[in-house]
Amino acid sequence: MKNVSRIYMTLIFLLLYAPILVVIFFSFNEAESLSHFEGFSLSWYAELFEDDEALTALRNSLILAVVSSLSATVLGVIAAFAIDRTKRKWVARAMESVSNIPMMNPDIVTGVSMMLLFVGIAAIIHSQPFLGVWTMIVAHTTFNLPYVILSVLPKFREMDRSLSEAALDLGCTPFKTFFRVELPYILPGAISGMMISFALSLDDFVISHFVSSPDFRTLPLYIYNQTVHDVKFSMYALCTLIVFAVLAVLIVVNVTGSFRASRQRRKAGQRQ
Amino acid sequence: MKKQNAVRGAVASPYLVWTLLFIVAPLLFVLWFAFTDASGAFSLESIKGLSTYGRTFVMSIGFSLIATVVCFLIGYPLAYCMSKASARSRSLLLVLLMLPMWTSLLVRTYALMALLDNGGIISNALSGIGLLKDQHLNFIGTEGAVILGMIYDFLPYMVLPIYTSMTKLDVRYIEAANDLGCNGLQTMFRVILPLTRPGIVSGLTMVFVPSISTFYISQKLGGGSFDLIGDTIERQFQNAVTYNTGAAISLVMMVLILISIGIMNRFTDSQEVVVR
Repeated sequence: MKNVSRIYMTLIFLLLYAPILVVIFFSFNEAESLSHFEGFSLSWYAELFEDDEALTALRNSLILAVVSSLSATVLGVIAAFAIDRTKRKWVARAMESVSNIPMMNPDIVTGVSMMLLFVGIAAIIHSQPFLGVWTMIVAHTTFNLPYVILSVLPKFREMDRSLSEAALDLGCTPFKTFFRVELPYILPGAISGMMISFALSLDDFVISHFVSSPDFRTLPLYIYNQTVHDVKFSMYALCTLIVFAVLAVLIVVNVTGSFRASRQRRKAGQRQ
Repeated sequence: MKKQNAVRGAVASPYLVWTLLFIVAPLLFVLWFAFTDASGAFSLESIKGLSTYGRTFVMSIGFSLIATVVCFLIGYPLAYCMSKASARSRSLLLVLLMLPMWTSLLVRTYALMALLDNGGIISNALSGIGLLKDQHLNFIGTEGAVILGMIYDFLPYMVLPIYTSMTKLDVRYIEAANDLGCNGLQTMFRVILPLTRPGIVSGLTMVFVPSISTFYISQKLGGGSFDLIGDTIERQFQNAVTYNTGAAISLVMMVLILISIGIMNRFTDSQEVVVR
């Protein structure tokens, strides 16, 4: 039984990794060919790094990920606080469900609805469509929001209320209480929410595809654009770099933590 | 106390404003676009026009159902084997499972293309051993390639939630089943399978939803010969004239998915009763 299971796992993981391994292998090929390996070469990597567009896209991706994960974290902490402190159960539940909409909907619907919002507003105020960096920031913040709430809300729920009551009794203002008592307590949740947001923002293609303009292209949009027509070997190089970057992060971040839970989204609608 | 509530309300307002503006309003705009024409007047044309996309819907649902079922058939045993592995190898297996999940879908689909293309590895390998003479085998543009793409891209999303359910499973249930005379298969079907139902439902949704809404997979691996719902929606938004049709299709897809999630949730709800 042990052997059967080992063979089965090996087989499935081999199949799962075959395409990635092939791409990694041939990204070092001197020739532009998937059949003959003509010698080890880094020329596709050189081509990639000489491409200003690729570097700009990487920079844009990082800027967007930093800004949107920070704003999603601030909003998400406020949201979780509001949901936790709402007295009426059904109001709290409604708030939570509405915030979860971007997580439940397929990305394409979120992307399309965001785009229609921006296009619709532009039409109403008779302005030119204004898709670009700002709409990207808004969209990314919005789809990151439920993940932050998901990691912060449990912290608020498990927190002992008497701590903040004590602070209030001892003369703290509600604001001071929040920053001195509540925020330190929920900080680990906020940080893991921020990390998840950062990763999701870097990874997102579909939503960005609908709310972006050519002036502000992120890495996934750049890859999409490069791969519309031809097979490009410099993209194999980029794929290889991405795979290794993800691997490095996975090893650094303890796998069993928040990252695992976050990818287990769309829990068919039920709350955690 | 009143004052305190007012302060709390003020603190919550940025979140409420954001939610209304960027979560609720966009959905209202989808509705608005779905029920108007290009000039902005009320119209049912886009909704009526949906009937021409019947084939697209049937094909998309078919493809994603097949992909979901195959993912389950492959993924369930995989999750089971993983949960039975030693603690040390479990963390390695988890990294192996999560690496594809955090690697861009574009990258993975593109990599799969390198295998299936007519200048790709499989074609080259077959001609290399002399099975193909001076010809190329091109899998791109077949139903199989698109479905394979869905399975390959989303399999980890099936495995992870099921694996999580398995690791949470109380071993005593299995021991009890064995003590009471269940054989391996009976334990599997009457104890393990029902107890991991929440994971299964999550897994099914997490494969079905992205499969039915994908457009990159069908564009790349379908070679343009398959128009799935995602492709159709994506195309409508290339050109401002067809935004209304695009909104109508998106609306139907959203409703379709909400219904299927609702049905799935029924299964997890009833499960609670069974366990008790």
